[in-house]
Amino acid sequence: MKNKLIVLGLVGAFIVSCFSACAQDGETQDNASSGKTLTVLNYGKYIEEEALRQFEAKTGIDVKYEEYESPEEMYTKYKAGAIDYDVICTSEYIIQKLIEEGEVLEQDYSSLSNYGNLDKDILELAQSYDPENRYTVPYFYGTLGICYDTTKVSEEEVSSWNCLWDTAHKNEIIMMNSVRDSFTPALKLLGHSLNDTDDNHLKEALNLLDKQFPIVYAYFVDEIGDEMISGNAHMALVYSGEAAYAMDYNENLAYCVPKEGSNLWVDSWFIPKTCKNQQAAMQFIDFLCDEEIGMLNFDYVYYASPLTPVVEALDEEIRNNEAIIPSKESLEKCEVYTAISDEKTAYLNYLWQVLKSQL
Amino acid sequence: MNKLKSQFLAGPYLVWIIGFIILPLAMILYYSFFNEDGSFTLENIATITDPVNLKAMGLSLELGVACTVICLLLAYPLAMILNNLQIKNQSFVVFIFMLPMWMNFMLRILAWKLLLNKNGVLNTLLMGIGLEPVTILNTPAAVVFGMVYDYLPFMILPIYNSMARIKKDYIEAAHDLGANSITTFFKVIVPLTVSGIISGIVMVFVPALTSFAVSELLGGGKVLLIGNIIEESFMQGMQWNVGSGLSFVLMVFVMISMAITNAFDKDGEGGTAVW
Repeated sequence: MKNKLIVLGLVGAFIVSCFSACAQDGETQDNASSGKTLTVLNYGKYIEEEALRQFEAKTGIDVKYEEYESPEEMYTKYKAGAIDYDVICTSEYIIQKLIEEGEVLEQDYSSLSNYGNLDKDILELAQSYDPENRYTVPYFYGTLGICYDTTKVSEEEVSSWNCLWDTAHKNEIIMMNSVRDSFTPALKLLGHSLNDTDDNHLKEALNLLDKQFPIVYAYFVDEIGDEMISGNAHMALVYSGEAAYAMDYNENLAYCVPKEGSNLWVDSWFIPKTCKNQQAAMQFIDFLCDEEIGMLNFDYVYYASPLTPVVEALDEEIRNNEAIIPSKESLEKCEVYTAISDEKTAYLNYLWQVLKSQL
Repeated sequence: MNKLKSQFLAGPYLVWIIGFIILPLAMILYYSFFNEDGSFTLENIATITDPVNLKAMGLSLELGVACTVICLLLAYPLAMILNNLQIKNQSFVVFIFMLPMWMNFMLRILAWKLLLNKNGVLNTLLMGIGLEPVTILNTPAAVVFGMVYDYLPFMILPIYNSMARIKKDYIEAAHDLGANSITTFFKVIVPLTVSGIISGIVMVFVPALTSFAVSELLGGGKVLLIGNIIEESFMQGMQWNVGSGLSFVLMVFVMISMAITNAFDKDGEGGTAVW
């Protein structure tokens, strides 16, 4: 009996020491970020490292740079609270959620010296989730559209979302394995908004997607670019950045935003409540809006930059590439996703499972 | 003193068991029987009766059974051939069969995805000899194929082990007493390998039933198994309670299948002893 107690005691001590080690970890992080350092959280591969080095050299602020893969991961990381982030870049619908939760600090961004570089149209579009542009500063943006094989599909066909329902392309269509993105073509064809949460409208969209299911080759996420490069499908629903990547490797591919309209995504910087050094964070955002730094980052990331001088300095060929810089007409047709309630999200996920449980 | 020492050595394992088996199980149980606000409920368990979940559960059972039957039909003759091989180093042949298991199973599935692709190796070969290309990828058949490929060694080994343990005397005795090969097979060999068959079935059926990665990769998002629904409710829907409830139901199915197989495993020895 006594022996058992000893073993249990040891086990207990071991577990406790594990936990206290974790706690200490968190504290040291705290101390570090209170000095002249800036803790930045951003998507993976979403900044030219040279830009960070230049920022450090220019301001003397030490940048602690961290990356994440998905917006949900960012949300969990931020909410865990182990590290106090000073400035974060993420997708608009997560930012909207964070704004609603009161996690985002209001700032007078228009006082930034490079604020004038930002495209007014993009700022206006951003107002759908940040009404007065006081919470966020756009970093990169793009559209959702169709990447297609020009040897198999004509430009005219892909001008409407209807092409994704064309039985002539049976088993040659790739859709996205994410609920809202795959609902977008259906909602748009029915003439509804992307942010429509009316149960009947969503059901109509589901019916449409049900009809499409038998001719869909697969529902993918990250593989779409590679699948298109290797010619495994005629058409794919895809984000512009991914399409640009695929087009780089396969010259038969092209990208188009159908006339019914689509989704416009904006990744933006914001300063969270945990920020310890707001002045440095503002300096950092201002630095990223600089023309030269914007160009440096554009060359690395290759998504549409909201900085007007950067776009104007580009070659005409790149500027006219719909997959990189969306045209004004596309922007007018597009909508930004707004955050929907947990209840509606659950309902959408349910419809999604109904769709996919046909086999 | 000696006893204390041995218990002390078990310490790390005890931590492991508590931290990585008991605690997670307790959390799943808690999440499945309690609501977000902490009140007791059976709602999460009841989600299994939803048509979507029932269908996914049915498909999981169907594919799991198909995978197990195919594995058994492939593995049994193979184990017999292995056992009857007249070579000195039989364990080397067994080693050859084990070899693929040394590579990560996800990598092997990814490789199959490339092989079975529309413009993959298989279709290039088929078209090369003038046949029609096949689209097996992104169908339930592809998922079963992937699972059979992955889990086949788990069926071969227990059967082979139980077969290797049969003394040649028994078979000679059967022949002496006038049994022909077929009678010997059904009356002597099969009954003596039941334990191996049973543990093989459990080791193939349980992972096949709970699989979600294979269906994700080879099913192209079109084959929705119960494992996929559980994964989605955790990763996409943030519905931990529902996910846990479904996991609990799945665990019950796993336990039932193990109970059934245990009931058949009369000698209680079981091929699992070799694992």
